[in-house]
Amino acid sequence: MVADATNILLSGVFHAAILFLVAAGLQVVFGVQRIFNLACGSFYALGAYFGVSCVRWALDAGLPPGLFILPLIAGGLALAVVGPVVERLLRFVYDRDEAFQLLLTFAVVLMLEDVTRLVWGTSPVSTGGLYLIYGNVRLLGAQVPVYNLLVIGASLAIAVLIGFVLTRTRFGRIIRATAENREMSEAVGVDMRRVYTRVFTLGTVLGTLGGALVIPSTAAMSEMGVELIVEAFAVVVIGGLGSMRGAAAGALTVGVLRAIAIATYPELEMLLIYLIVIAVLVFRPRGLFGEAAA
Amino acid sequence: MTAARVVVGAAVAAVLAYPLAASPYYATHMLMFFGYAIIVLGLNLLFGYTGLLSFGHSLFVALGAYAAAFLTSHFGVRSMELILVVAAVAGAAVAAPVGALCVRYARIYFAMLTLAFAMLFHSFLMKFYHVTGGDEGMRVLRPSLLGWDLAAVPKIQFLTVHYYYYASAVLLIAAVVMWRIVGSPFGLCLRSIRENPEKAASLGVSVARHRWAAFVISAAYAAVGGALLAPTTGQVDPSLAYWTHSGNMVFMTLLGGFSHFFGPALGALVFIHLQDQVMSLIPYWRLVFGAILAAIVIFAPGGLMSFVARSPGSAT
Repeated sequence: MVADATNILLSGVFHAAILFLVAAGLQVVFGVQRIFNLACGSFYALGAYFGVSCVRWALDAGLPPGLFILPLIAGGLALAVVGPVVERLLRFVYDRDEAFQLLLTFAVVLMLEDVTRLVWGTSPVSTGGLYLIYGNVRLLGAQVPVYNLLVIGASLAIAVLIGFVLTRTRFGRIIRATAENREMSEAVGVDMRRVYTRVFTLGTVLGTLGGALVIPSTAAMSEMGVELIVEAFAVVVIGGLGSMRGAAAGALTVGVLRAIAIATYPELEMLLIYLIVIAVLVFRPRGLFGEAAA
Repeated sequence: MTAARVVVGAAVAAVLAYPLAASPYYATHMLMFFGYAIIVLGLNLLFGYTGLLSFGHSLFVALGAYAAAFLTSHFGVRSMELILVVAAVAGAAVAAPVGALCVRYARIYFAMLTLAFAMLFHSFLMKFYHVTGGDEGMRVLRPSLLGWDLAAVPKIQFLTVHYYYYASAVLLIAAVVMWRIVGSPFGLCLRSIRENPEKAASLGVSVARHRWAAFVISAAYAAVGGALLAPTTGQVDPSLAYWTHSGNMVFMTLLGGFSHFFGPALGALVFIHLQDQVMSLIPYWRLVFGAILAAIVIFAPGGLMSFVARSPGSAT
């Protein structure tokens, strides 16, 4: 009983750790640029595919399998280069209606989905048996893959790092000031173009890193981007748009509830999540931690 | 005005003559067009006329299509007229409470809430296997048209002759009704809400009630279009309700031009045929279409119609 509960809880937290990364990317972009970036799910898919390739290259080059996590993280970080490219595209519509901004990110979703098909083919790819290379540990009677714990730890570390950057550094102050009042920060001399490029790149890296970290536990498929974006969407709505604490709280809610639903009433799975999303939007549209809704 | 009438008349004549000239393959593509044209006519009442972007219209399209599937395969109802009426009523009935919740918000929150409802319906269709057939979906049996049982007619003939003219007539009726709606005082109120909700409210227009009414009408159109699509493929599945399907419908609307009455229908026509052409060349239609959508959003937000026409039927 305790073992089952631990199992469900930890698989939920593992999923939440990944969701948090993607949702944090969504939040930072929305908070500063006011764009709801549908493409962050595609960044996640891109990170997953590229992560598999990086691990394969590294292993072929003679890397000991136990160190596979290093090329994985490097791959996720290297995809930062995608950020400025997509941001350049979005720059055309910064002064337009939100509907057009949303549609432009949808265009990026369509393109990136086929880019992954073009580069990696249509059949799922995976890193093979590396997932359990670190073995399992017994926690309260449950068998938990060590890799899951590593990812949870990494996600926590990134969360702390983001918190540090936002509250303790110059860049973080600029981000918070811009999110608060764009005109005012521009008036006091903040170069908005550079801030937007950096913020969007940060959002991109969080997504690609999430995809790279999840991939040993599953297989990369071309639909994974459009599937994850609706979950990340649920996370940010529940947590509150634009809030980092909201991303963490929302990710835990979605991850754990989904794990419980799958274990008890599989029919409910995402149904339950969407019901919560609707309830939050109807009764508390700013989410658990968000600012007042527009 | 007369020039526009000539163009519309020529378009109707071309549609009627099309199955005589084109191969059955292309004629069945037109069936997709008839369905999607009705859907985007409704979608644009919300987006182009009222200024609300729905990312959840796939919900109502799937509702209409599943209504056709349920009625033909479970309840033995074969009358297409009855199916269309049931679809419209079901669409409006679901849209009434959903719309009441959604229209409390505008802009990005409206888009997100509609998306959430569509995904709720999608996971219902996926997970309640014994009712909906899960991811395999359901079969749609051949309906009778105007009380005329066509079960014995070969499939190609049924689709390219009987059903073709039937569906084109449904589209024509739907377009005329929508034309009257947008030209009515009600339509004018919607446009005033799009331009400036605060000012519209101060002039005595009930913003929430008008948005709600536009939402319900729009949903009924989507459901009718979905029901009309169902017999073409003979199969419905949950992907009809998926959020990317909503995205594609918004894409059609924007491609043709949301600020013109006929824009969305033109967009549907071009989308369906272009998708077929691109897919016959390379399997990566999303890459091409994503680039097209990006180009339209950035360089030609008025869509194809902005190159063709300006004044008659303009939504602005």
